This record gives sequence, C-alpha cells and structure tokens, in this order.
Amino acid sequence: MTITADPAWHFALVGTPNSGKTALFNALTGKRQKVANYPGVTVERKSGALKTPSGRVITLIDLPGTYSLRARSPDEEITRDVVLGRLKSETAPDLIVCVADSTNLRLALRLVLELKRVGRPLLLVLNMFDIAAKRGVKIDIARLAAELGVPVVTSVAVRRGGTEELLRRLDELAPGCANATVASTWQAPDSAELRAAQRQADAIIRSTIHMPAPDTLTAKLDAVLLHPVAGLAILFLILFVMFQAVFSWAQPAMNLIADGFATLGAFTHSTLPAGLLQSFIENGVISGVGSVVQFLPQILILFLFILLLEDLGYMARAAFLMDRIMGGAGLHGRAFIPLLSSFACAIPGIMSTRVIDNKRDRLTTILVAPLMTCSARIPVYTLIIGAFIPDRLIWGWASLQGLVMFGLYTAGIVSALGVSFIAKFVFWRDDPSPPFMLEMPDYKLPRPKSVLIGLFTRAKAFLTRAGTTIFGMMVVVWFLASFPRPPVGAAGPAINYSLAAMIGRAIHPLLAPLGFNWQISVALIPGMAAREVAVAALGTVYSISGGAEAAQQIGHVLAGQWSMATALAFLAWYIFAPQCASTLAVIKRETGSWKWMAVTFGYMMALAYIAAFATYHIAVALGAG
Amino acid sequence: MSRESQITAVKPRSPLGGALAGFCGRIEAILVGDDKSGLPPDELERRLIELGFVEGARVEILHEGAFGRDPIAVRVDHATVALRRREAMAILVT
Repeated sequence: MTITADPAWHFALVGTPNSGKTALFNALTGKRQKVANYPGVTVERKSGALKTPSGRVITLIDLPGTYSLRARSPDEEITRDVVLGRLKSETAPDLIVCVADSTNLRLALRLVLELKRVGRPLLLVLNMFDIAAKRGVKIDIARLAAELGVPVVTSVAVRRGGTEELLRRLDELAPGCANATVASTWQAPDSAELRAAQRQADAIIRSTIHMPAPDTLTAKLDAVLLHPVAGLAILFLILFVMFQAVFSWAQPAMNLIADGFATLGAFTHSTLPAGLLQSFIENGVISGVGSVVQFLPQILILFLFILLLEDLGYMARAAFLMDRIMGGAGLHGRAFIPLLSSFACAIPGIMSTRVIDNKRDRLTTILVAPLMTCSARIPVYTLIIGAFIPDRLIWGWASLQGLVMFGLYTAGIVSALGVSFIAKFVFWRDDPSPPFMLEMPDYKLPRPKSVLIGLFTRAKAFLTRAGTTIFGMMVVVWFLASFPRPPVGAAGPAINYSLAAMIGRAIHPLLAPLGFNWQISVALIPGMAAREVAVAALGTVYSISGGAEAAQQIGHVLAGQWSMATALAFLAWYIFAPQCASTLAVIKRETGSWKWMAVTFGYMMALAYIAAFATYHIAVALGAG
Repeated sequence: MSRESQITAVKPRSPLGGALAGFCGRIEAILVGDDKSGLPPDELERRLIELGFVEGARVEILHEGAFGRDPIAVRVDHATVALRRREAMAILVT
C-alpha cells in the first residue's frame, strides 16, 4: 500500500449502528469506493475519496458501527484500533468524524464523550437532520457544541446538497488537524464510568435538545409488525413473496439473456468453421458462461429484497420475531441476518457472522449458514424444476413450481435448525446461551441511491465470478469433455470417450444408489468451484453429446434423459450441496481452524447422501423411477 | 412476617424481566445477579448501560415475542431495544 507516501488527509467515520453512517459514506464518496480486507482479519475495509469545495482530497474510512471503543467483536476491535492508531497497516486518522442519528442522540453522545478521550480532533455530524426537524426535534447546535467541546455540523446524507455544510466544515478543520492530536487518555471504561458518561450525556440532552414524543409511525407499524401472531405471519408472507418474486418476476429478463446467448451461439456456429475452435467458443465459452449469467436477474431481485428490508429497518424486527424460534434451536436472534444473507451466498453470510460477538453463537451460525439456499443453487433448482415440475397453478393462484422452490428453501431452513439444535448438544452442552440485545431503529424509507450502489456491487461481484472462476472451470470442463478425441469411426457421442466420462464413471458407483447417472457425477466435480457451475457443466456435457440445439434447452434434454426420481434426488442433494469449495475456504478462514471446515464438509456430505438416497428410493417406490 | 414487610419496604422495585407488555416505569438500579446469562455479570452490566439502561431512564415494554412472551422490546427514553427477559431481570424498575 502506498498510504504512507500519500499526502492526503485521512478521516475516519465512526458511529453507533443505524446512524446512517454508510449512507453518509456513500453520499460523500459515491462510486469512488474501495472495498478490501484489513490484513490478517476478515473485517471489511471500506475506504473512499472525497473532494472538499477547496479541492482538498480526503480519504475517508468507514468503520464498523459501535456503541463503545470497548471492543467486543472482531469488527469493533478494528474500529478501536483504527481510532486509536494502533493498527500498523493503517494511517491514524487526522480527524474522527462521529456520525449520529439526530432523532436518537442519547447513546451517540455518550460515544462522543468517550471518543473525546482519544485526543484526536473530533467532529460530530448530526445525520438525518431533516427527519429530526420534521418530527419536531429541536437542537441548540451552538450550545451542544459548547457543552460537548466538539464542533457539530448537520447533514442529510440522502439529499442532494445535504452534505454541503459538512464538506465546508471538513475543509475548515483539515488544516488544523495535523498538529492537534494530544496524548490519548482513553482506556476501557468500567460500569461506573459508563454510567457517569451516560448521565453527563443525558444532562447535555436535557439542556440542548427538545425531544418530542417518539415516532408515531414506527409505533403504529410495530404494533402490527411485531405483533406475536400477525408479525410472524407477515414475516413469513414477506419471505414467501420474496421467493415467488425470485422465481417469476425474473423470468422475462432471464429469457432475454438466454435468448441473447443462444443467438450469439448460433452466430458463432454459423461463422466459425466446424472444428475444435468452434466447439470451444460455442459449447465451452458461450453456452457455459451464458447458462450462469442468465441467473443475474434472480440474484438481483433477491438482493433487492434484502437491501430494502435492511434499509427499511425491518431486519432488526425480523431478528426480534425469530429470536425465540432460533433460540430454541440454539441460534442467536442476531444470526438471522447472516443467515438471511446466506440466501444470497454463504460467503458474505459467513463473513457477516462477525456481528455476533459470542464465539459459540458465531460457530453455530457458520456451521449452518451453508444450508441456507444460496443463489448459486437457484440455477440448479430452476433448471430441474422447470424441466420436471409441471407449470400450473394450484388453488388458482400459487405456481406449483414456485411452491416446490419454497419447499426446497424450507427444507434448507428446517435442516439448519435441526443441525444447530444437535450442535448445541454435541459441542456446547454445558455453556449457557449468551444474550440477545439489539437496538431497533425507527423505520425509514429506503434510499434509492444506497440500494442501487448495493445492487451494483453485487452484480459486479457475480459477473466477475462468472467471468473468472466459472469461465475457468468451463474451459476445464470443456477440455475434460472433449479430450481425448474419440477414435476414428467410433460409435456414439464423442464425450463417451473423454476424460470426463472416465472420471464420471469412476465415481459413479458411489453415486449410483442415489439414482445419479455418470453425467451428473461429472457435473458435480466442477460444481466444487461454485455450485451453479454444475448447471453449466451439465449444459456442456449434454451439448457436446447432443449437438447445438441441446445446449439451448438443457432442461428439455434432461427431461428426456432423467427419471423423475433422479431429478428429485438431485434436488435433495442440492439442498445440502456440500461441494462448494469457496464456502469451505471461507469457513476455514473465519474460524481459523481445519476442524470446523472438516465438520461442515462431513456433516453436509452425509446429509446430502442420505437425503438424495431416501428421496430416490421413495420416489421409485411411488412409481417415479 | 417482619422479614416480608422488610422486603416490600426496601424494594418496591421489581425486575423489568418480570413485567408484562404495557409496563411503564423508571429504572432504579442495574443489579446483575447470578441469572445464568451467557456473560460475566460485569460485562452484562456494561452492555446494558451502553444500550441506555441507566438509573433514572424511563422504560416501557412495547412488545413481547410470541413464545413465552420473550424477547421483549423496551422503549428506553427515546430508543427501542430488544432483549431477552433473562437479561432484563438485571434491570430493577419502579
């Protein structure tokens, strides 16, 4: 890193959770953001550049939210170490920018009092000032600044021009920052000090802030959304709509992408001379990458729901509603958010378990996160469901395909609860479960810009993956499926003579009891790189053995070649899908132990095998063989 | 008899963890007993304070969970905090 050679200013954003810190960071830095990791730990390091009105370039670091510098989780340790300048890889911040929600200042002001002891220049930003003003919160800003002994500025992160005043103040403060640091007197406060600081903060609030009655809209919404019965029903309804949406809304866009790749494939077929190069471009590259890229719309819809619910402030409510249900299975209410993210991908899900400060809770969550149906399984589910489950409505409104999808998701959730329940007895029998404590923010309308930046980041990550890992695997699969070439005059499809067939046949005896044919056995191998690659691999395997037309309709081909029992067993296998190498790698990294990686792989493999075995034989017994 | 009256005289206060939805009151003390919480008593006390549970703060139980009336959503002055009843036993209110 060249940070030491960089003459620019370094400011750090600190704040309590839900203070709108990330929205402010997005507003200030826009797309000029860099997301990386802090060396040695897996805490995300978000930094971005901003330019003040006078042209000063400032590097802004967005630190994980915290109520105190008294670090209780790896995330909060990063915040503490960066603020205190203890992290060797990091330039100590010239200015600490403390972001606070203007409608909820009580805990933030205590944090400000604690931050003052660090001895670095400090600025308090009263964020979401428009909401506070609308609600009738009156703040005597000059007096607040005087009583805190800290400059105070207001901002509205989500509105154009809402940060002008803040930028102007950053400009003013920057020159004085360099020499303003005094020795830190911070040390982890004990309960008496915390009490005293909170009392002092409360006294400052009494003399400078007029707080009206709490938000009535939030109270009205919570009366319904946190209702013991209605609240849970609404939560499940939201999840149900989410999966129906993922399945049906995305269809037109997916068809469009699929048609695009099919046209491209046909164009290649007609342009290039027949031979190895044509086969490589058409079957290896275009049909391989195309069959994965077409799932982008579904992934975006899923993330759209997650981001909207998060920005709305609903996620904390969901954690509240789920706490007892998940607690019964030995999970923490806070595990709900990592587990929900795991519906997109287990990797960010497992990484976000860092919000759980208790080691035992965190390990249980990591253990079951891969059972949440990640978006990489969607291509597999969609393909098999589309090919084998009739497209019709039941009860006049619910799509049968959507219902099967919902059932697969439910199976994943139920098995996750079961596994964590068992883990509680196997690993943590004598440990009492740690507390669930969570602030519930007021509801806020999601900010389109923030949601768009979030979606953009996900789309980029997915396409990068499709363009690198998956593309690489496709080339390997194509190679395995194409070489060695069949002997001259050989009968049957060329792929029957390839390396892929040899490997597939070698592991086939192990998988035959599940009703898997050797093509499935072959497809599961590249599926280790990423689960969705199995679809592309099936496409490659069948397109090479069946011609160009088959590549466009993998589902159609499968419907002709697999029995219903095999298809259902394959779906059951994919509820667990133990073969995702990147998930295993991230588990190793997050837990720092091979043991937990091996435990995860072992139990998932066992469950997948048992589930597929049972499904196949039950289906055959019922006449679907 | 005298012991009973002494108890009521010394503490008309009761744990927040035992109160029902709709309860309104003021925090008298944070007193972490041996309640088998997953945290050491001192750590639990500090976390409660960091979430705003300080003597004198007004509290109101807004919502209860569906199963065993747990967890509870508590308004502490102007913020809302969710916690389990087991931890809320350490918050003594009047």
